[in-house]
Amino acid sequence: MKIHYGTAIAAVALVAVHVLMRLTQGFAESLEYESVLANYKFVPYAIMLELILVLLSIHGFNGLRVILLELKQGRIYEKAVSYGCLAAMIGLIAYGSRTIIVVNMGLV
Amino acid sequence: MTKDEHKEGIGGMANPRRYGIERVAYLLMRLSGLGLLAYFVAHIYETSNILRGQVGWDELLEMTSTTEGHIILSIVIGMCVFHTVNGIRVMLGHGGVGVGKPARPDYPYEPASQNYRHKIGIYSAIVLAAFAMMYGLAVLFGE
Amino acid sequence: MAQVTSIAEEQTSTPLSSSKSITLRISRYNPKHDDSSIFMEFTVPYQKWTTVLEAILDVKKHFDHSVAVRYSCRQATCGSCGMMINGKPRLACFTKISELNSNVITVEPMSNFPIIRDLAVKFERMFDSHHKIKPYLIRDDTELESDAKEFLQSPKEVEQYIQFANCIKCGLCNSACPTMATDSSFVGPQALAQAYRYVADSRDKGKDSRLKMIDEPHGIWRCHFAGSCSQVCPKGVDPAMGIQLLRGYLLGFRS
Repeated sequence: MKIHYGTAIAAVALVAVHVLMRLTQGFAESLEYESVLANYKFVPYAIMLELILVLLSIHGFNGLRVILLELKQGRIYEKAVSYGCLAAMIGLIAYGSRTIIVVNMGLV
Repeated sequence: MTKDEHKEGIGGMANPRRYGIERVAYLLMRLSGLGLLAYFVAHIYETSNILRGQVGWDELLEMTSTTEGHIILSIVIGMCVFHTVNGIRVMLGHGGVGVGKPARPDYPYEPASQNYRHKIGIYSAIVLAAFAMMYGLAVLFGE
Repeated sequence: MAQVTSIAEEQTSTPLSSSKSITLRISRYNPKHDDSSIFMEFTVPYQKWTTVLEAILDVKKHFDHSVAVRYSCRQATCGSCGMMINGKPRLACFTKISELNSNVITVEPMSNFPIIRDLAVKFERMFDSHHKIKPYLIRDDTELESDAKEFLQSPKEVEQYIQFANCIKCGLCNSACPTMATDSSFVGPQALAQAYRYVADSRDKGKDSRLKMIDEPHGIWRCHFAGSCSQVCPKGVDPAMGIQLLRGYLLGFRS
């Protein structure tokens, strides 16, 4: 649970920055292709996005794991849920990281 | 519900009606968490469209910058604000902050942990979520 | 559903003075030969001070003596008569019909407890969880010396835990808990509150072993502070407060 609380607090701050970037720049303008590309290529922002991805993946899938573990119990089921959520977490982080890294390195 | 154990099951877990605003907050926390997780996965997928270049990105914007897309996003904003504010309240409560002090109980045995501080926290989360949704709708539909 | 509308003639000189009556719906279920529960309805007269337990005993006396119900002290001390009354776990002896503001009172066995018959439920799981957290003082000095005196406590030290010592093991908190509704392995608010009762007791030296016991996947971490346990507790134990204060030890907020 400490991981759950820690990731929550860290993610709140970073997500707030992410959202404010959209609002301060003008919402529609901030979503234009060139603007988004520039965001990804700015290394500190890319690192922030990566951190948000990791923190929210952990927080979200851990939360899902908690809900699923409460709905049904049993050794096999609990192991399946825990490993399933871990796999989904890793999968999502990998998929999102691919986007960040490829765009940041200018390979688009 | 397992007949032998006479458990209420998901219906009982999800029934917010009988126990006050704290139980409602518990249910909303779960629902907003699941909703945000679903949105998060979708968001990671939709932003990966940038890898398809300008064409892919513009297609994505066409799909999401619709009335339905804006409404969904405003609901996500509301869920996010509620989950955050209520989450902070719950975290503080979990640490024993604001749950009152042990004392000799006396009739009518009102529980000190279900106090005005936490109720205000819950109602604040709901109100702030509503305001955030309205602001979000103003920004999205004002463009 | 059986509908019985009039009360039998009583062979007593005490007149039945009340003109008010309610419909009492009692859940009837015998696991040995019933597939599911049914409700039987009885029209029962009541006064301003009539409790749900009195109405049920009225039914047993005048209509159907086979209704299974557990009760003892009739004064919210023993914790025997816990049941679902209009959808919420309450003590039948402590709930007045007049305070329910309804012409129909539905009584069912407590949720999250296996049913023995009708309104009587099994408490084994709750007692096992309670036993698991070692509900007794744990001390290093296992043998008292001959000139040993009582363990002294200041009034302030007593205040730290006396509220949680009021627990009458009625089980209403376990019935109301949303986690208990789905999680068979959860320790439950009653056991956790009692764990805090001993941890907070200055005479007890077993804090570390108790914290270790509840620091498990289906222990204290399955409590999400919904607070329903405290809403229904008839003795002001406030299990939610105890659990969060106990969690404070594990999170480092308290030492």
